[in-house]
Amino acid sequence: MSFLHIADLQRNFGGLRAVSDLTFSVARGEIKAVIGPNGAGKTTLFNLIAGVTPPSSGQITLDGARIDQLKPYQRVERGIARTFQNLQIFKDMTVLENVMVGRHARTRCDVLHGLFRTRAALREEEAIRDSAMQQLERLGLGHRADDRAGSLSFGECKVLEIARALAAEPKLLLLDEPTAGLPHAETERITDTIRALNAEGVTVLLVEHNMRMVMRLSHSILVLNYGRRIAEGPAEVVRRDPAVLEAYLGEEDDDA
Amino acid sequence: MTGMNDVMDRSRGRIKSAAPPRRAVRRFTSDHALLGGVWLVLAAYPFVAPNDFLVSLGVLFFINLILIASLNTLMGFCGQISLSHGAFYGLGAYTSGILSVKLGVDPWIGVPAGMLVAALSALVIGLPALRLRGHYLAMATLGFNAILTVLFNELVGLTGGPNGLLGVAPFSIGGLDIATDDRVFWLVWACGGLVMLSILNLVKSRVGRALSALATSEIGADALGVNCFRYKLVVFVLTAAMAGLAGGLYVHYNQYASPETFGYFTSVMLVVMVALGGWGRYWGPLFGALLYTAVPEALRSLGDFELFLFGLCMILVLLFFPGGIAAAVSTLGNRLFGKKKAGGRA
Repeated sequence: MSFLHIADLQRNFGGLRAVSDLTFSVARGEIKAVIGPNGAGKTTLFNLIAGVTPPSSGQITLDGARIDQLKPYQRVERGIARTFQNLQIFKDMTVLENVMVGRHARTRCDVLHGLFRTRAALREEEAIRDSAMQQLERLGLGHRADDRAGSLSFGECKVLEIARALAAEPKLLLLDEPTAGLPHAETERITDTIRALNAEGVTVLLVEHNMRMVMRLSHSILVLNYGRRIAEGPAEVVRRDPAVLEAYLGEEDDDA
Repeated sequence: MTGMNDVMDRSRGRIKSAAPPRRAVRRFTSDHALLGGVWLVLAAYPFVAPNDFLVSLGVLFFINLILIASLNTLMGFCGQISLSHGAFYGLGAYTSGILSVKLGVDPWIGVPAGMLVAALSALVIGLPALRLRGHYLAMATLGFNAILTVLFNELVGLTGGPNGLLGVAPFSIGGLDIATDDRVFWLVWACGGLVMLSILNLVKSRVGRALSALATSEIGADALGVNCFRYKLVVFVLTAAMAGLAGGLYVHYNQYASPETFGYFTSVMLVVMVALGGWGRYWGPLFGALLYTAVPEALRSLGDFELFLFGLCMILVLLFFPGGIAAAVSTLGNRLFGKKKAGGRA
C-alpha cells in the first residue's frame, strides 16, 4: 500500500514550474530513488514533502493523512525526517548535541521545565543524551561525540546528518544526495547503513546522482526532468526506458 | 554552547570504550557552582566599596547586567536582534512607576505588572515580525522604540513628559524602606542572580539546544522538529519581561524616571555591550555590564567623546575578538592553565 502519496503536486517559482503535475507513491518499507538531471526539481520535491516550501497546488498524504498544509516541525512529529544536500550542521555545537537536537520532536520538556531545571527535564535530558549517543555509536561516529561539529570532515558531516535525522525516529527518511562528494569506501558504508535502516522498517526516499548506488539500493526509481515524471519503476525497467536514456543516462553514461 | 559539555568534559582523556559510561544529568553543574561562587564574591562588594557612590554603581551594574544578559539570550543564543530593549526597560519602569505615583500600588505588585506589560508588547511586535526569517525583528523593534520614546515624552499627564516621573516610592519590606544604595544592592544582587540562574538553566535545557540550533540554521532546526517561530517568540517575550524587571528595579531605586534613559540610544548601547561582552557567551554580559557601568563614569568629562570611544571599541573587538571579552578571557585562561580547547563556548 502507498505510505507516501503525492497527487498532482505543483510548485511554481515565478514563471518557472519547478515541480509540475507530479503524481507518485512510495510504498511502506520501500527504498525509492529520485533521479534526474540538475534542475529537474528533485530538491524542490524534497522541500515540498518536508514542508520547507508550500505547494502551489496538489496534495501530499502520509499514511492516509494530508500533510501538505503542515509546518515542517509538525511533519517531523508525523514521522518525516530529512538530510540536506547543502549540509545544515550546527557547527558550534558538539557532535552529540547535534544529534540531541534530533530528539526534539520525540521529547516534551518545555521552557518552564528548562528555566527551573525540573526533575522531569533532567530525566528527559539523560534519555535524550543516551539515545543520541546510541545513534552516533551505531553510525560509527561515537568517538567524535564530544568534538565540535565544525571540526568534522565532509563525510563525517553527512553521517552526522543521517544520525541526527534518525534520532527523530522517522518512518519516512528523506536523504538528499547522501553520498555526493564522498570517496568509495564511505559511499559503501552509507549504502550499507541505508539498507540496514530499511530492514528495520524505515521507508526511504533518496535523491542521488551515483547511479551505481541507486541501481543497487533502490526498489524503484522515479525519474524527473523539468519537474515532470518521465519514468518510474524498478531499476532494470528504468535503465532501458528510452526517455530516461535520452534525458539523463545518455548524457551521463561515461561517469555513471 | 556553554552547557551540556560539562558532562562530557569529564570523560575527556579517558580511553573511549564502545559505550562510554555517561553520568547522570545533575541539577547543579560546574557552571552552576561557578555562578554561585561569582555571586558570593559579588556579595562582598558593598563591604569593600569605599563610599556610597561606588555602591550605587554596584546597583546599576546589576540592573545593566539584567538588561544585557537578557538581550544576550535573545541575540546570542537565539540569533535575533532587538533594537527596543531600552523600550521594554522603559515600559517596566514607567508601568511600575506610574502605578506607584498615581495609584499608590506597591512595587512588589507594580514590578511584575511592568514585566507583564513589557512581555505583552513584545508578544504584539513578535507575532508578525518573527514569522519571517531574517532581520525583521530588528526593524520592527527599531520602530517600536521610537514610538515609545514619543509616548514617554508626550503623555505628560501619566509620565510627567520630558520633566520625568517624580515621586516614585521605593521598595519596602514590612515597613522597612529599601531606598538606600546599600539596601537596594541586595535586592538587585538577588534579582540579577536569579536572572543569570534562569538563563543558565534555559541554555542548558532541551529548549536552549533548540535555540542554539535555530540560531545557526533555521532550516536545519525546522527539519528536526523545532518550532522555530514559537521559540523565537517565547524567548523574545521572556527577555522583554526581564528588561521590564530591570526597569522596575531602576525606577524604584531612582524614585524617578525620565524618557531619555529608555531611548533608542540605550537600545543601541545594549546591543553594543552584548557584542563587547561576548555575543552568545554566557559570561559575556558580566563584562558588558561592567563596561557599561564603569566606563561612562570614567569618561564623564569627555562628553560625546564617550560614544566615539565605544564605537571604536566595538569595531576593534569585532575585528580582533569576535567572541568579545568573554572569549578573550577564556582564551587567556586556557593558555595560562593549559586546558585543552573544549567543544563548547564559555
